[in-house]
Amino acid sequence: MSGIEPAIAMPPSGAAPSQPRQASKGFWQRLLRHRSFMAGGVLTLSVISAALLSMVWTPWPAYEIDMARKLISPSASHWLGTDMLGRDIVSLLLVGARSSIVVGVIAVGIGICFGVPLGLVAAARRGWVEEVIMRLGDFTFAFPALLSAIMLAAVAGPGMVTSITAIGIFQIPIFMRITRGSANSIWAREFVLAARASGKGKFRITIEHVLPNILSILIVQATIQFALAILAEAALSYLGLGTQPPQPSWGRMLNDAQSLLFQSPSLAVYPGLAIAIAVLGLNLLGDGLRDLFDPRLSRER
Amino acid sequence: MTDRTPLIEVDNLWVRLNTSRGPADAVRGVSLSLARGETLGLVGESGCGKSVTALALMGLLPESAVVSGSVRLDGQELVGLAESDYCELRGNRVSMIFQEPMTALNPMHTVGRQVAEPLRRHKGLSTEQARNEAIALLDRVGLPDAAKRVDAYPHQFSGGQRQRITIAMALACEPHLLIADEPTTALDGTIQGQILDLIADLVAERGMSMILISHDLGVIAENVQRMMVMYGGTVVENGATDALFAGLGHPYSQGLFRARPRLGAPKGTRLQTIAGIVPELADLPSGCAFADRCDIAEERCRTTFPAPVTVDAGHTVRCLRTDVSMTNRIGAVPA
Repeated sequence: MSGIEPAIAMPPSGAAPSQPRQASKGFWQRLLRHRSFMAGGVLTLSVISAALLSMVWTPWPAYEIDMARKLISPSASHWLGTDMLGRDIVSLLLVGARSSIVVGVIAVGIGICFGVPLGLVAAARRGWVEEVIMRLGDFTFAFPALLSAIMLAAVAGPGMVTSITAIGIFQIPIFMRITRGSANSIWAREFVLAARASGKGKFRITIEHVLPNILSILIVQATIQFALAILAEAALSYLGLGTQPPQPSWGRMLNDAQSLLFQSPSLAVYPGLAIAIAVLGLNLLGDGLRDLFDPRLSRER
Repeated sequence: MTDRTPLIEVDNLWVRLNTSRGPADAVRGVSLSLARGETLGLVGESGCGKSVTALALMGLLPESAVVSGSVRLDGQELVGLAESDYCELRGNRVSMIFQEPMTALNPMHTVGRQVAEPLRRHKGLSTEQARNEAIALLDRVGLPDAAKRVDAYPHQFSGGQRQRITIAMALACEPHLLIADEPTTALDGTIQGQILDLIADLVAERGMSMILISHDLGVIAENVQRMMVMYGGTVVENGATDALFAGLGHPYSQGLFRARPRLGAPKGTRLQTIAGIVPELADLPSGCAFADRCDIAEERCRTTFPAPVTVDAGHTVRCLRTDVSMTNRIGAVPA
């Protein structure tokens, strides 16, 4: 098969296509042909494998402080050099990927687990139920995220759990709003009326018709929120509210680097690049997934 | 031939909708009765209440709508029926075909799954049985190569094919009553005839009753035994299709008939139109809703809501001036 198929729409004819489309095969083929999905996938995968790798192997122990070897330039033994405490940058980046992913996955998971069902209920029930749910969401949304993170840190003490909770709570209304908004537009579609006319209740329609049709939107949103959560984790760690030393994280590395910004700017560049790669990769991945999940965007007819 | 006990009986149905312009009576005192195997046409222009009547029968009106009167299916009262009980009915004993085949199918599911769904829901068929039944149904509605196409998605079909699929969906559980809401309006002329023929065949084959909704007098004339002309939420003329087309009695039906395009009309002939516009449902006049557009309206037409007048056996006209309108009754039995 040649790499690119001509984008000519088949004339609408009554005849069946010569080859019946096999859904799964077509999906994987389209997946491999999709450039931004592949680029995003490779970037995201590299971040994930870095995190996985850090669990079994790092070039140097990430926690080991060696003041004698501080701030050395990249070399064969320290590929990206060391920081001001003599820790190996590569090792720190690898372990930092783990913190970022853990925070991102759990925070976005919290947002999806609470936000999506609430949004679906709001769209299905309408009326006062919708009002109450959405106003609660507005309230959460109106409360500054940083402030709630600081409050949480004051109560529970700073740390990874605090930052996950703070970021997660903030994800809930975002998922709630996008779910409710897109679910409402699906509820207004004629096939939902047709589904009701064939005797389906609201719960079944929500699960079978509304959810699959908004799934692509949610997946894209989830990848974007994942990227934002990584940024938020970096920001909270940078402020000292997130991951606590000695646990490395990209945000903490930025924090440590800022006092030496003129002396050795590369210390800030590496974690910054790592954050950029993760965020870019997730955004591209989300874009690609949206195209691929939607059978309407398939060229095959 | 047909069993004369009514399958569905609608008595003085009123529907009040909450519109952006305030409450509006979209359906005002519609009554009808349909025997098993009988077909009824509802005809009228946009906003006359024909689709709202259909949705009221299906219990699919928005929750803010206020429905009063009585709808009985096989003697069972449907107005005020609990949603869960209505779900048991819909798609099982009453089904509906919609106007827009392009949007009436879920783009994310294969057509086979969508046709099989009501079978699994109402008949308790297994996935495998339902799939086989769906293939048989798709084959019956004339979808070429049904066994292969059952796993295709809606966007892979043409408009006419999709309407065939929605028909298969609606008929899956062999409903007693089929409501077809402008089933061919979105299709082109050649397909229109095929789809109507298909529906007519299926209705006859299964002994279903059908309510066919259309704004097209030609479609109504050829496909139903009885018809009702609706205007402003009320039935203005009601009777056997043949009798009505032999002589339409209501000024509105007459206007509708004159306004239809004709083949063989001399070149340069303009279509006759009905002057004025459809009144807003939110502020319908207290008298006859058509009075402002009617050539023969009198002062009392604007103040008195006319009662149905029987002009022939089984042919009623809701007009105060039947004495005049019936003398210039027009119509022709379609060939």
